[in-house]
Amino acid sequence: MSDITSQSLFELTSNIKEKKLSSEEITKAYINRAEKSKKLNIYITDNFEKAIDQSKKFDSNPNLDFKLPGIPIAVKDLFCTNGVRTTAGSKILNNFVPTYESTVTQNLWSQGAILLGKLNCDEFAMGSSNETSFFGNVQNPVGENLVPGGSSGGSSAAVAANLTPVTIGTDTGGSIRQPASFTGTVGLKPTYGSCSRYGIVAFASSLDQAGPMTKNVRDCSMLLEVISSFDQKDSTSIDYKRNCYSKELSKDIKGKKIGIPKEYRVDNMPDEIEQLWKNGISYAKDCGAEIIDISLPHTNYALPTYYIVAPAEASSNLARYDGVKYGFRSSGQNLIEMYEKTRSEGFGDEVKRRIMIGTYVLSSGYYDAYYLKAQKVRQLIKKDFDDAFSKVDAILTPSTPSSAFKIGEKTNDPVSMYLNDIFTVPINLAGLPGISIPAGKDKNNYPLGLQVIGKPFDEQNILNISYALEDKINFKNDISDWWLSE
Amino acid sequence: MSIDLKTVKHISKLARISVDDEKANKLKGDLNNIFEFIEKLNELNTDNVQALTSIAETTLRFRKDEIKSENIREKILKNSPEENKDFFVVPKVVE
Repeated sequence: MSDITSQSLFELTSNIKEKKLSSEEITKAYINRAEKSKKLNIYITDNFEKAIDQSKKFDSNPNLDFKLPGIPIAVKDLFCTNGVRTTAGSKILNNFVPTYESTVTQNLWSQGAILLGKLNCDEFAMGSSNETSFFGNVQNPVGENLVPGGSSGGSSAAVAANLTPVTIGTDTGGSIRQPASFTGTVGLKPTYGSCSRYGIVAFASSLDQAGPMTKNVRDCSMLLEVISSFDQKDSTSIDYKRNCYSKELSKDIKGKKIGIPKEYRVDNMPDEIEQLWKNGISYAKDCGAEIIDISLPHTNYALPTYYIVAPAEASSNLARYDGVKYGFRSSGQNLIEMYEKTRSEGFGDEVKRRIMIGTYVLSSGYYDAYYLKAQKVRQLIKKDFDDAFSKVDAILTPSTPSSAFKIGEKTNDPVSMYLNDIFTVPINLAGLPGISIPAGKDKNNYPLGLQVIGKPFDEQNILNISYALEDKINFKNDISDWWLSE
Repeated sequence: MSIDLKTVKHISKLARISVDDEKANKLKGDLNNIFEFIEKLNELNTDNVQALTSIAETTLRFRKDEIKSENIREKILKNSPEENKDFFVVPKVVE
């Protein structure tokens, strides 16, 4: 049997069911590794003591019908966890201990999983490198001083470094798929409305979705099956029959029509990414898929649209952090001064920037010029995809325009940081499912990902295409454990 | 279009975030760069396009207006920044 922490979710689950491993052994193995991995700065809050107690409790009376029987899982610190501090990577929630549980995490525990702890992320999920976190940046296990992507950077790093078998992140403009691409892991953003947003710290409510981040496609299908559910507590949750994603997983993609959008060939894209894409296309052909050239004419307008819509929604959502009912409070001579100082001291620079953008585009006299305009362009972007999906079953693109960059490299130029999400943002604007799978490496040996985009509610199809491609690509993420301490 | 210092101060007031002059100047530069990028949208004619207000093509569900959680007073007050078992405490509002 291979080392516990390097096993996939599928292997761990099988080993528990066959009684070859106990929940306690597995839980302790991850905790032991985490203690030696502090250099990566992956955890904001750990739940190790309680996790060991829960694993013993599971072992004393194991329910092997569960889909995640006694499996320890760490989650992004954007999910409210009952009784466990939830910070969203922000000073303003530094001391916040929820008295309720998010629906997607509840779905994990209801299937036997155990909370290992809360993972670092960009503040309020606003960032593409995990550098906006109040709790400091995260090291990418792929190489020293590299960012792990963001905003689910602690999550992607935790999966790549074998600090959790799988995890869940959130994706508003690429926050699952971009970090997955940067760390050689798999990340899926489901269709808007698939996974409940209840209990997730809100960023941009019309774009936010939770999704699985895993070592491979099969694990991804297993985790999606657990977290995707209809929920009365989320008014935009959609009631439809979900697939048994892991049972229906298949490499047979013969005859599937896969679209290649010419607009994703952007200026200054490294040759390696162009080559990665070509390889992906030829693997898809080898699997019997039909390749079709398509056009998504408004692709170039997606990022500017996103940087109106997302900050506008964020400025409204973050209005609740006023120091009155929970979270950090600064002192002031009067109520207004208390609000202003609390928000000034409690939020970091990127969050403030986005609140300011959002406040401006929604302010009197500018609403039509910016917010309404962006909503109209969003319609055009969605229509591009509707048109494309009348001809194809899925779309294949690179996940990101570059591999992981150095810590500090882009922090002084917000716009260059925003460009990271050029291939992922359109999918959120259109509410579609998208998955990033590791597909190769660049000249520095850093991972690169390919993205498969599907029709609404067609997660099974993009999982199957990814499963077939994964088999052909045969990616190996040889990480050296350079960060381990004794 | 460019955003001047006065506008930055005005937005910060609306957003209830206090900024000093140094921060305001930095924000002015950042916001102008971002808006230059955003204004690419003006290239598009959207006169006859309907705004997309919801990506999930469903109408919101109705439900009965009923109380589902009871005795949660303690839970709600638990994270209150200033301790008081009965109320949220704020600076004096009425003289």
